[in-house]
Amino acid sequence: MAKVKTLADLRKMKSELQSKIQLRENAENPESVVQIRVGMATSGIASGAKEVYHYFTEEMAKRNINGLTTQVGDMGYCYAEPTVEVLVPGKDPIVFGYVDVKKADQIIEKYIKQGELLDGIIPPNYQNINE
Amino acid sequence: MSEYKMHMMVCGGTGCRASESDTIVEKMKKELEYRNLDEDVQVVITGCFGFCEKGPIVKMLPDNTFYTEVKPDNVTEIIDEHIIKGRKVQSLLYVDPNKGQAEPDSKHMDFYKKQIRIALRNCGFINPEVVDEYIAADGYEALGKVLADYTPEQTIDIIKQSGLRGRGGGGFPTGLKWQFAAQNEADKKYVVCNADEGDPGAFMDRSILEGDPHSVLEAMAICGYTMGSDEGIIYIRAEYPLAIERLHIAIKQAREYGLLGKNILGTGFDFDITLRYGAGAFVCGEETALIHSMEGLRGEPTVKPPFPAESGYNGKPTNVNNVETFANIPAIILKGAEWFSAIGTEKSKGTKVFALAGKINNVGLIEVPMGTTLREVIFEIGGGIKDGKKFKAVQTGGPSGGCLTEKHLDTPIDFDNLLAAGSMMGSGGMIVMDEDDCMVAMAKFYLEFTVEESCGKCAPCRIGNKRLHETLDKITEGKGTLHDLELLKNMSNVIKDTSLCGLGQTSPNPVLSMLEHFYDEFLGHVSDHKCEAGQCKSLLKYNIIEEECVGCTACARVCPVGCISGEKKEVHIIDQSICIKCGACMDKCKFNAIELI
Amino acid sequence: MIKLTIDNKVVEVEKGTTIFHAAKKLNIEIPILCYMNLEHLDIENKPGGCRICVVEVEGRRNLAPSCSTKADDGMVVRTNTMRVINARRTVMEFILSDHPKECLTCSKSGHCDLQDMAQKLGVREIPNETTCEMSSYRLDTSPSIIRNLDKCIMCRRCETMCNEVQTVGALSAINRGFEAAVGTAFEMNLEASTCTYCGQCVAVCPTAALTEVDHTPQVIRAIADPTKTVVVQTAPAVRAALGEEFGMDAGTLVTGEMVTALRGLGFDHVFDTDFAADLTIMEEGTELLGRLNAHLAGDKDVKLPILTSCCPGWVNFFETQFPDMKDIPSTARSPQQMFGPIAKTYFANKLGIKREDMVVVSIMPCLAKKYEAQRDEFKVDGNPDVDFSISTRELAHLIKQANMDLTTLEKSEFDQPMGESTGAGVIFGATGGVIEAAARTAYEVHTGKTLEKVDLKQLRGMEGIRAGSVDFDGLEVKIGIAHGLGNARKLLNDIREGKSHFHAIEIMACPGGCIGGGGQPLHHGDSEILQKRAAALYREDAGKPIRKSHENPAIKELYETFLGEPCGELSHELLHTHYFDRKRKRDIED
Repeated sequence: MAKVKTLADLRKMKSELQSKIQLRENAENPESVVQIRVGMATSGIASGAKEVYHYFTEEMAKRNINGLTTQVGDMGYCYAEPTVEVLVPGKDPIVFGYVDVKKADQIIEKYIKQGELLDGIIPPNYQNINE
Repeated sequence: MSEYKMHMMVCGGTGCRASESDTIVEKMKKELEYRNLDEDVQVVITGCFGFCEKGPIVKMLPDNTFYTEVKPDNVTEIIDEHIIKGRKVQSLLYVDPNKGQAEPDSKHMDFYKKQIRIALRNCGFINPEVVDEYIAADGYEALGKVLADYTPEQTIDIIKQSGLRGRGGGGFPTGLKWQFAAQNEADKKYVVCNADEGDPGAFMDRSILEGDPHSVLEAMAICGYTMGSDEGIIYIRAEYPLAIERLHIAIKQAREYGLLGKNILGTGFDFDITLRYGAGAFVCGEETALIHSMEGLRGEPTVKPPFPAESGYNGKPTNVNNVETFANIPAIILKGAEWFSAIGTEKSKGTKVFALAGKINNVGLIEVPMGTTLREVIFEIGGGIKDGKKFKAVQTGGPSGGCLTEKHLDTPIDFDNLLAAGSMMGSGGMIVMDEDDCMVAMAKFYLEFTVEESCGKCAPCRIGNKRLHETLDKITEGKGTLHDLELLKNMSNVIKDTSLCGLGQTSPNPVLSMLEHFYDEFLGHVSDHKCEAGQCKSLLKYNIIEEECVGCTACARVCPVGCISGEKKEVHIIDQSICIKCGACMDKCKFNAIELI
Repeated sequence: MIKLTIDNKVVEVEKGTTIFHAAKKLNIEIPILCYMNLEHLDIENKPGGCRICVVEVEGRRNLAPSCSTKADDGMVVRTNTMRVINARRTVMEFILSDHPKECLTCSKSGHCDLQDMAQKLGVREIPNETTCEMSSYRLDTSPSIIRNLDKCIMCRRCETMCNEVQTVGALSAINRGFEAAVGTAFEMNLEASTCTYCGQCVAVCPTAALTEVDHTPQVIRAIADPTKTVVVQTAPAVRAALGEEFGMDAGTLVTGEMVTALRGLGFDHVFDTDFAADLTIMEEGTELLGRLNAHLAGDKDVKLPILTSCCPGWVNFFETQFPDMKDIPSTARSPQQMFGPIAKTYFANKLGIKREDMVVVSIMPCLAKKYEAQRDEFKVDGNPDVDFSISTRELAHLIKQANMDLTTLEKSEFDQPMGESTGAGVIFGATGGVIEAAARTAYEVHTGKTLEKVDLKQLRGMEGIRAGSVDFDGLEVKIGIAHGLGNARKLLNDIREGKSHFHAIEIMACPGGCIGGGGQPLHHGDSEILQKRAAALYREDAGKPIRKSHENPAIKELYETFLGEPCGELSHELLHTHYFDRKRKRDIED
């Protein structure tokens, strides 16, 4: 191991290492990052939720968005599966229905990056999952 | 290398390791590799999550799924269900006994809701054996910052302003202690970390050292900088092999990075740390006794002054702090004194780690802001009393503390409030008692510990505590008198008033506080010869209910001392003068004809 | 200077003074038990362990031990509030509850600090006495010292003496909690330990946890036996301290009264170890001159400095701790062991009795002498040269048992010939005395001139390590003196490292020399007593008509009619010895 010679070296090292535990930091403070919750009950998986889940995990990282993609249980909107809940810090949560890879791309580019609303939002008579 | 999509945090603390958490890790790694998932899922051995009641703990990230009591056999299930199919393994989720429902993740658990983790910030979050993870989590940045930006005086000022007080029990302001050590000029000075955790039931220091050893090393170096010391020594009990191992690894890694050793971060500051093993005597937690033990002398205290800051290890100025105290330091430096002092109460800042034990649902390690009430700790975080029993008292501060009762439940916990209530913070042990616990027996239990652990140097502690214990024993045996209660009080007061060190000065606290809060119970033992909790065997009586006894002779046959007599098909009688109260007859009787009165 | 208030009185003391000493200035005597201060010897024991001396200090949460708490400016102290008195008494009850109540038969009864303190504090009962468990240990008996740890109160005085003062390291605190006591490592027998039997532990023990082996019953039986001729010798230091046991002032010389008492006890011949001391000078002095002259002549095999060998505690010390240097001390036996063989040969011949029919008793200020007397090399066919060695304290007991009061006895003279002595023999009892006596004789033998100034005051004093020189007519003889084994160790280390420039060194195991021996009346921590005893010996020396050993007519006659010459063949057989490596003592099972 090379010696860490200065404080600047240490900070540089830290910024390089930080990505390794970014996921843990985000998990610890989910409300401070973009959260994507993919409904992954049996029916969700059957309709392709798994593919969507993997797409989000990979693409969010690729596009340098500090986010957290998790799997959740049935959201109660089986008719619109796969469903994905997106929580952007400072905004109300939104649930998208019929999400496929293409739709996922739009969600990232338009809603998450630019704050534009998209089609396919499930009406707001839902309850936030797990509460 | 691609980033992992999932982190599987497996507790590698002593408790969880004892229930095979290391096998879980091994098996998990093997299975993941087999399924080609080892690049997606990272298995991380971490420090303690605190929820020791239900270990081994496996926490899945990023969704914070909290699996409890995981066995090596559950590994494939977790991979197939959770990792591959994305479904939580329901049977491994924690079920809140009060709500009766499974909690989907740690964020929803009452156990974690009110906790703020500063000293334990990295426990369960990083792999303690990988220095890179510590650095990624801001590790050694506080040391770097102090060396680059602050003078020793400024650093001490930050610690003083933060209001941090010693977490080992004394509650002495840490900044002030550092200042004293800094002010004494000498050619050599020492920083000592007191890792001789001795309170029965307390294991926060061990958990910190196992889960985040670098934070203690970093803090010791910071302390060394402020007082002009280049040598740190960790005095750790040899019964903590895992903590010792992790410290060895951490010290080695820190040296390799040059974060310990000569010319740290190019600033010209030298500091290195070694370990010294203690044999696990409670009294060696007292700083002068600890220093004598380090010097190879008998571990017994000496009169203060001189304080170690003046003449400590090898006669040189020495600063002794406890593990938890040190663990707070890097966070204070990085986040600022104001941030820290905003947490807690007026005179007790920050958080405190408590070890919950006894008749409580969630036995484990928690960290809460100073000022949290006992009710919150016991009934919310701790999940209340086991088996729905009634809360009776809680002992804080271990054998040096006192008991607190129902009326103290809403008292905010801090150094001064606990003292005012007749107890103390101590190192943070909390033992919860329920209606089945006899307070005389409890007091006796604690005295047994102090009698065993007294070094024997001063007369009141050496002999007085023994006499206290004998008197309590006499009372639990049903031979106590009213006069004995007065004796207990006088002896206790004198032992407190005259003992040489903190051990004897606090050892009568359990007796005094239990006498104060449960005087009637003591009175019941000596005047009515009754133990309401039913714990004092000598005061119990096994009795055969005439109406129920069918004369089957089963009880007479099982009695080991032959004290039950009676003809077949006739009512049996227990000779109370011979009965040893083993309870075998009651267990044997099929007709519920034997009662305990 | 700082000012403080004690019991409403203001006192001014130097910074660093303890509360106890500040109170003393106001004539307030705070009771102490474990504390011990031998000021002139710079020995202090203050573990703060007994907690009897606690006082109330305003603003302090708990009581403060006055022996080890320094006075502060403006401090307000109360030594006698009911809180303090109750605490003291309760602590004393604790201590007594774990102490055998056998005062009636205890050897320390009447001289016991614990007994005195219990009396002073007015303890009349011990709560729940019958149910109090007592800590108990096995009894350990050695040739000199008995350890009865049941009576140990953990004052640690013995530990201070054994470790800090003597650096012997035989005794230290063992066990913990209720079982704690001061004992040997691994609870081995004292005999197997590094103990030198110097007896300093016994001298400071407040109770009877450490006592000497009592040989008075054997002495009584020997005197009562009509077939035995019982000869007694008394060491120089005894006469300067025995009076204290009878209430006389420290430093009162009771030589004549003691002789009367010994005769009264029925000893057949009352002799003086001073005679043997003069004999020692003849032998040791001759050896010194021999080595010195050889050294000056350039003989590289000759070792200097020469070390004295009169002190058995010191002999034990170098045999166990410095066995590699065992050829440096003089081979001359101690005065006790020179007296024995002369009595059992020369004097027995004169009387015409057999060796077996003579019993030699020595009165010594020392406990190591008991061990020395029973060493195998000092026996002939199993018959010891000195049969029994009893301490000054034991002698006092004997005299009292015989209904004699030393203060009212007439003076009388020692018997001849072995009662004849010089001033040189008398000063053996004080530190520096042996070497001064040796120098007086060596000077005259070496120079052939008369030493005019007999008092070699440069060799006297109470400092632990002293250096002085004597001008041998142009040859400066450099002399070192050490008393207390810790000081001896320093000089020995110097010799080992080749740093010592002395020609001769006197070493005494006990602080102060034999006057402070482990068998002397207890000084209870008052070191002024030691100074007075030393002064008494120098007084006796000054008053003697003959003050140089070689001028002792009885010694002259001994050489003329029996021994021949100093360091001659017979001398070597009877008056010299050899030393052993005792680094690894045999563990003696109990």
